[in-house]
Amino acid sequence: MEDTVKREISAKRDKSFKSIFFRWETLLVLMFVAVNIMNICISKNYLNGNNLFTAICTFIPKGLIAFPMAYLLVLGEIDLSVGSTVALSATTMAVLFNRGVPLETCVALCLIVATACGMLNGLILISFPELFPMIVTLGTQTLYRGIAEMILEDESAGKLHLVQWFYDIYYKKLGPIPICFIVFCVMAVIFGLVLHKTVFGRQLYAAGSNREAARYSGVPVKRNRFICYTLVGLVSGISALFYASWMGSIRSDIAAGYELEAVSMVVLGGISTAGGTGNFPGTVIAIFTIGLLKYGLGLINVNSQTILMIIGAILILVVMAPNIKNMIKARMAVKAQKAEQ
Amino acid sequence: MNKKGILKKIRNSREISLFIVLVILCLFIQSRNNTFFTGKTIADLFKNYATTITMALGMMSVLLIGGIDISVGATLGFAGMASSLFMRDGVYSSTFVMFLVSTVIGVLCGMIVGLIIAKAKVQPIIATLGMSNIYRGATYIISDGAWVSAYQFQSGFKSFAQSNFLTGGLLNNLVFIALVLYIIFFFVMKWTTFGRRIYAVGSNPEAAEVSGINISGVKFWVYTMAGAIAGLTGAMYTSLYASAMNDMGTGMEMDAIASCVLGGVSLSGGQGSVIGVFLGAVTMSVICKALPLIGISQFWKQAIKGAIILIAIIINVLVQRGMNRNALKAREI
Repeated sequence: MEDTVKREISAKRDKSFKSIFFRWETLLVLMFVAVNIMNICISKNYLNGNNLFTAICTFIPKGLIAFPMAYLLVLGEIDLSVGSTVALSATTMAVLFNRGVPLETCVALCLIVATACGMLNGLILISFPELFPMIVTLGTQTLYRGIAEMILEDESAGKLHLVQWFYDIYYKKLGPIPICFIVFCVMAVIFGLVLHKTVFGRQLYAAGSNREAARYSGVPVKRNRFICYTLVGLVSGISALFYASWMGSIRSDIAAGYELEAVSMVVLGGISTAGGTGNFPGTVIAIFTIGLLKYGLGLINVNSQTILMIIGAILILVVMAPNIKNMIKARMAVKAQKAEQ
Repeated sequence: MNKKGILKKIRNSREISLFIVLVILCLFIQSRNNTFFTGKTIADLFKNYATTITMALGMMSVLLIGGIDISVGATLGFAGMASSLFMRDGVYSSTFVMFLVSTVIGVLCGMIVGLIIAKAKVQPIIATLGMSNIYRGATYIISDGAWVSAYQFQSGFKSFAQSNFLTGGLLNNLVFIALVLYIIFFFVMKWTTFGRRIYAVGSNPEAAEVSGINISGVKFWVYTMAGAIAGLTGAMYTSLYASAMNDMGTGMEMDAIASCVLGGVSLSGGQGSVIGVFLGAVTMSVICKALPLIGISQFWKQAIKGAIILIAIIINVLVQRGMNRNALKAREI
C-alpha cells in the first residue's frame, strides 16, 4: 500500500532552476541577446528603428523557408532543394516578364512553379517510400538548378523594378514597419498555430517520433508528408517573390545555400533532425539570431565565405552538443557505478 | 532453357545491363557524331574525367555503410588549394610530395568528418553539409580569394597530367592512378576483413554490432578514406588544369553520387560493387563528354545530371521491388 501512495508521476514538469536554465529555449534566448549586444557594440545606430528593420528584411526571404522546413524536420525529413526551387521559380517569372507577359501572370506562375517543384519532391517520396528524402531532394536540387540554367544560361533577367507595385512588395512600409516584415510575422503566427494547436500539427509530431505507430493509429502519414513538401515549395515561391522584388534582377545561381541556412535556423531552434521534438517559437528566435548575427558580421566586413563557415560550424555544434552531453553523462554514470562497487 | 538462363542472368546483373546501356549510348553518340570513337576522344574522356571516376570510389564506400558525404567536393578544393599554395611558396617542388601532401590534407579533413559522424553521432547529411561550407570557406581564406596560376607551378607538375611515364607510355598518368585505385578497392572490398565489414555495417548495423564489429570505427575509417581520395583527386585536378581555383570541385559530390547510383549502389547501404561503380562513372563521363559532341548546350548539363540521378534511384528501387517479388514467388508465398 505504501508504494502506491508514494508513486511519483514521471511526466511532471521539472521546475528546478537548473532545469529551466539548461532548457534549450533559455540558451537560445541568451544567444539572441548576446548577438544583439554584439551588434550594438559594433554599430551605435543599430537600434535605430529604420536600421533594425533594414537588417531584419535582409534575412526574411531565407527566414520564411525555415517555417515549412521546421514542419519537415519535425516529420524527420529534410528538403535540400529549396535554394534551387527559389532560383527556378524566380527565373521563370523574370524571363516571362522580359518576354512581355504581364507581371501579375508571372507572379502567379512563379508560385505555381515553386509549388509544383515541392509537389514533385513529395510525389516521388510518397510513391517510393524506400528512398531517403535527402537523396531525392539532392537530385531535384541539381535538376531544378539545372532547369534554371537551361532557361537563363549565364545571363541575368532584370527590369523587375520597373513595375512599382512589384518594387513595393519588399520596399513598401506601413508607417515605420515594412510590409514584408508584417507578412513574415503573420506567416510565423499561422505556421506556429497550425503546428501546435491543430490536429494536423500534432499528427506531424506523432509521425515524426514513430512513423509506424502513427500510421497504425490512423494518422495519414503519406498525405501529411505530401502536404509538407508542397508547403515547402509554395513558401519557396513566396520567398522568390521577395527576393526578386528586393534585387530587381535574377540570375540562375541565386539563393545557393538557402537550404543550409534554413536547416541551420530550424536546428538551432531546437527541432532535432531525428524528428518529433522541438517547438516553433524556438525556430523563430533562431531565425532572428542567425539573421542578425550575419548582419552584424557583415557590418565588420567579415566576408561572405567566412560567414558561411560560421553558420556551418554553428549547425554542426548545435547538433553535436546534446549527443556529447549524453556521452559525458553516460561516462559519469559508469564511473559512479564503479565508485559504488 | 540455357538461353533463358542467360537472359535471366543479364536481367539480374546490374553490371551487365549497365554495360549494355553504355554500349548503346556510345553507338548512339557515334551515329550522331563520328569523331566519338577515335583514340583521341576516348583518351581525352578518360583523362578529363579521371578525377570524377576516382572520387566515385570514396563515395561508394560511404554509401555502402548507409551514409553520405557531400563534403568531398569542398575537401577536393581545400586539399588541392592548400597543396598548391605550398608549391607556389616553394616549400617543395616534387610532384610526388605535392600529391602526398594533398592526400594527407584530405585524410585530415575526412578524419574530422568521421569523428563528427562516428563519435558525436551527428547525421551524415547535416555533418557533411556543414563541413562542406567550412572547407569551402577555409579554401577562400587560405588563398585570399586568388588563384594559383599555371606559371606558379613547377613544370614537372604541370606536365604530369599530360604525360604517361608511370606506365612507360601505355596510359595517361591520371588514368593510371584511377585504375590502380580501382584495382586496390576491388580487392579490399571483396577479400579483406575491412571490406566485408563495410558491407556488414551497411546491410544490417545491429547484426554487425552484435557480431562484434566496431561500427563507429568502421564509419570513422570509411569517411577518412573518402577524405583521402578527395584529397588525392584535389592534386589530380590541379595538375590536370594546371591551376588551383577557389571553387574547384563544386558539385563534384553530385557527380560521384550519380556515378554510384547509376552503378547500382543502394543508398540504404550494403549493396554495390566496384565494377558497377566503374561502369556508372564511365557512363556519367560519356554523357558529360558527349553533350557538346552531339550539339547540346553545356547549360543543360546540370539538369541532365539531376534527371539521371532521379531516374537511376527510382530504377534501383523498382529493380529491388521486382527482385523481392521474385524471391517471394520462388518460395511460393
